[in-house]
Amino acid sequence: MTKRKFLGSEAANGLLMLSPTAIYSIVVMAAPLIAVLLFSFMTPGYLKVIWTPTLDNYAKVLSDPIYQVLLGRSLVMAATVTAVTVLTAFPIAYFISFIVSPEKKSLWLFLITIPFWTSYLIRVFLWKVILGYNGVINEAFMGLGIIHQPMTFLLYNMNSVVLTLAHSYAPFAILPIFVALEKIDRSLLEAGQDLGESRIMTFIRVTLPLAMSGVVASVLIVFIPTVGDYVTPTLVGGSSGQMIANVIQLQYFKLGNYPVGSAVSIAAMGVVTVISVIFVFANRRFMRGPQ
Amino acid sequence: MKSKGNGFRIYAILYLGFLYAPIVLLPIFAFNNSTVISFPLVGFTTQWFQALVTDTSLLLAVRHSLIVAVSVSILATTFGVFAARATTRYKFPGKGGLMGMIMLPLVLPDIIIAVALLGAITNILGMKLSLITVIFGHTLIATPFTIAILNSAFQSLDRSLEEAAYDLGETKISTFRLIILPLVMPGIISAMLIAFTISLDEYIIAAFLSGTEATLPVYIFSQFRFPQRVPVIMALGTILVCLSIVLLTVAEYFRRRGIAKAGGKSSGGFL
Repeated sequence: MTKRKFLGSEAANGLLMLSPTAIYSIVVMAAPLIAVLLFSFMTPGYLKVIWTPTLDNYAKVLSDPIYQVLLGRSLVMAATVTAVTVLTAFPIAYFISFIVSPEKKSLWLFLITIPFWTSYLIRVFLWKVILGYNGVINEAFMGLGIIHQPMTFLLYNMNSVVLTLAHSYAPFAILPIFVALEKIDRSLLEAGQDLGESRIMTFIRVTLPLAMSGVVASVLIVFIPTVGDYVTPTLVGGSSGQMIANVIQLQYFKLGNYPVGSAVSIAAMGVVTVISVIFVFANRRFMRGPQ
Repeated sequence: MKSKGNGFRIYAILYLGFLYAPIVLLPIFAFNNSTVISFPLVGFTTQWFQALVTDTSLLLAVRHSLIVAVSVSILATTFGVFAARATTRYKFPGKGGLMGMIMLPLVLPDIIIAVALLGAITNILGMKLSLITVIFGHTLIATPFTIAILNSAFQSLDRSLEEAAYDLGETKISTFRLIILPLVMPGIISAMLIAFTISLDEYIIAAFLSGTEATLPVYIFSQFRFPQRVPVIMALGTILVCLSIVLLTVAEYFRRRGIAKAGGKSSGGFL
């Protein structure tokens, strides 16, 4: 009797239980994001918004080539970082899932996550030390007599930004792929080989399609935040490594122009959302299956 | 078979080398007796560590960061407990959408959260920027991580224990306090430590929302402009890395113990 009453109010109980977190998320995230959308249609004033609607901010963002150049560069950079990170991460996820013995899996995952949790700023700065003119790599190569002049292409360009971001997002790429690989029923692989497929063909026809849901998750979780990163471009990017987030930061923080900063943010988020949706749609056949 | 496994093993070890390269260099330069951060090393010194203790603006930044990180660990874990309990225990309409919204900060670039909060706080609420506004932002981004950890703690709870408590006359609240809370306690401690670590390390949101009350990462970033200050930052970084490793090891211990305690099987890392 009481059980039926209990089940009847389950939805209410669940919603009530979730409400503090959901309300916090609405007030502190959803509402400010809506505010950004509103700001983007208002007139700029220094450090404040003049509540007169206008489309000038978007006209400026669309007509000034600097925004297109920076957004284009951010997208290319984020796509490169994502490709490099996910491709180098896949063998690691595969190694931990298929080769490491079960009792050692947690240790490997722990080892991979530790660098991610240690001071982000200092880690990025240390890449500057490693890649710089008098840096570790140049000193080592000159010491070995391989080169006679320090290499200058290591730092303050796209390469250094890609390398540093690939380092920062490594665990984000590894973990979703690992989770997808762990879910694969090992007997399917044996079946593939029993039916005469080679090891490589089994990988391409069985393992890879089943791991794609993890790969898609990795791609999104690396791509979306890297488009908006500005610490790494600022520290190791030099002038040719500036990204869209640098201009958002400039408009908001230095120029106090909230409406234009908001319009750039909205435009960038819009483009990123469209790309992500297309990517998920293109991979939709891999996304079904048991959750 | 054997050689294939070895190939992967060599690759994995090289990859770990890549992941750990910056962290390994940190103590080397922190103890190097030179203001220039490069090889060859000059000699051993502890002066950069001594300089830390006398730097008043640094100590103030540490104080600010601790206030923020402790508040965030409590708030984010509280929000995490509600959300994890709701998703693992109840079925209700709109669950997927609401959880999607709560977990969104995981993929939303930090700069978007930072500018949205900055705009809303200064132009709509008319609040002054302070440590409190940083706490708002950090709680938002730390909550999804606490939910991820607490979900696995709550998921491995045996439902029959709870039903037994109801049958023996306990109320909902006393059951939560006497049965559920002790079982998920390790998960709660683990979530608090992770939220603390995230907040302590976060720069972008803190830079936008801290106003004049700089947190530790904001202070560190400002010091990068002065080359002669860099060895001191290396010393500070060495201490922070050691602290993070200790906190994470403790968090991992509690996370695994929590899952084991509730009868589950440990499967993977923090995320």
